[in-house]
Amino acid sequence: MKPPSLGAILLGLIPFIATCFSVSLWDRIYPIVFGLPFNFFWLILWLLLTPLIMWGAYRLEEPRTRGDRDKQDGAG
Amino acid sequence: MSSSAVALTIISILVAIGSLVGFLARSHHRMDLEQWTVGGRGFGLVFVWLLMAGEIYTTFTFLGASGWAYSKGGPVLNILGFQPLMYVVSFFILPPVWEMGRKHKLQTQADFFQTRYNSVFLGALVALIGVICLIPYLQIQLTGLGLIVEVASFGAIHRIPAMIIGLGVVAAFVSVSGVRGVAWVSLIKDVLLLSAAVFVGFAIPRIYFGGIGSMFAALIQAKPSHLVMPGTTKDLGHTWYITTVLLMSCGFYMWPQYFAASFTAKNARVLRRNAVIMPLYSVTMPLMFFVGLSAVLVLPQLGNGDLSLLSMVRKTFPAWFLGIVGGAGVLTAMVTAAIQLLTGATLYAKNLFRPMLAPSMTDQQVARVAKMMVLVLTVAAVSLAMYTSASLVSLYLMGSAGVAQFFPGVVLGLFSRRVTTAGVFAGIATGIFIVVTLIWTGRDPYLGWNAGLVALCSNFVITGLVSVLTPQRTPAGNETVPESL
Repeated sequence: MKPPSLGAILLGLIPFIATCFSVSLWDRIYPIVFGLPFNFFWLILWLLLTPLIMWGAYRLEEPRTRGDRDKQDGAG
Repeated sequence: MSSSAVALTIISILVAIGSLVGFLARSHHRMDLEQWTVGGRGFGLVFVWLLMAGEIYTTFTFLGASGWAYSKGGPVLNILGFQPLMYVVSFFILPPVWEMGRKHKLQTQADFFQTRYNSVFLGALVALIGVICLIPYLQIQLTGLGLIVEVASFGAIHRIPAMIIGLGVVAAFVSVSGVRGVAWVSLIKDVLLLSAAVFVGFAIPRIYFGGIGSMFAALIQAKPSHLVMPGTTKDLGHTWYITTVLLMSCGFYMWPQYFAASFTAKNARVLRRNAVIMPLYSVTMPLMFFVGLSAVLVLPQLGNGDLSLLSMVRKTFPAWFLGIVGGAGVLTAMVTAAIQLLTGATLYAKNLFRPMLAPSMTDQQVARVAKMMVLVLTVAAVSLAMYTSASLVSLYLMGSAGVAQFFPGVVLGLFSRRVTTAGVFAGIATGIFIVVTLIWTGRDPYLGWNAGLVALCSNFVITGLVSVLTPQRTPAGNETVPESL
């Protein structure tokens, strides 16, 4: 199979760095943001940011694989 | 009517509606093996999303998330950590898996291994491990179902009869309707569960504390250590968090049912888009945490953390609402159990029974064996659920760590030329051996690491080493190795 593009992989690494490896930086209560302890706020924020980043990866990947697509696409 | 009668009536009505929809969903389709297992490979974005959300967000996710927030505190954040990341991983691996699936008409995860590595024995091994790991997972759904009925009936109905009735309905529903029926019931349960989760997650902190912020303020004052890792535990700290999040994000789509769900998509693009939007569904998870955290201060004496969500709902809202939440939970357990039965039965019939015992079987006969196997698995799970009550979490963890051992074989199989059948065999065997040894002897976490990740790393090393040392088997035809490898 064609491996994914480097750009898409790098984009995919961002959420891993932000929410996995950096845990000791953000796992704390203060500062409280929107009433949430910082760790809860941080992870909830990344629930929203991850789709944005992966949308970027989608934009990078989709044109490369267009040739593989031969069935009509639809939503349902 | 008494409260329990109201709650139970509403639960029964919801279950009846759900089952009816499942039975009706099949009406326009001829039920051959292809239709029954992968929905004829025709699902678009919405259906794949429903199916995956239906399978992934199980009763256990919701009861367990509030339960961990209640009993363990900070470590529950690992759920918020791994959920978006497992979709990131799926973005890269599911589209090529789908591609191979279409090219070789794959229906199960074991088909993938059998085709890619040109070995029915590897396929059979993967099927065997998959079925064994599925049984405790199935048992967890049943226990969740039993708990709900027990709480909703205020203890009047014991969980065992509830489980048996629930599972009977599921088994019938699976045998008749297959994967398409499941996707439709999933729609109902998603709407119910989502609205119940959003409402409860905001309402409970508001009723008891005046809002989510005030709930946290009260908790910070009373028990600040509960909100960060390791919470109330000793060994679930940051190293554990990192290793668990890595294991779960790599291993999650290795569950045979999630892996096979990708074959239902009508094209690879559906899977990519799905991977992009799925993290948004996880927004319901923190709401479950809020309920569990509220319970820390409101109901500090609960024996079983998994009951925190249901107990809070029962304490706070009228009986009919408990019925709706309970009904959503029961339907969720049924959908999940259904797909697990469907997957386990197909794996057994297609990848174990046929190649090992009856190679000349037709697809129709395989479908018949699979439907019989639905019953066998049902009975196995019910008896397990009846005779072992303790350590569901550890069974689940062992299952997750077990299926995660397929990851190297899948990723290297997709993107590497050099990996060999012997390498993958050796890697899986090593991984499973380490999982069983470490978890059964109570060494999870091991030196602070999630035991499953220790196994996965060893698995990668062994797969690589043995692949380098063994000659590549020339495939029987070029068909068996993915194009452009």
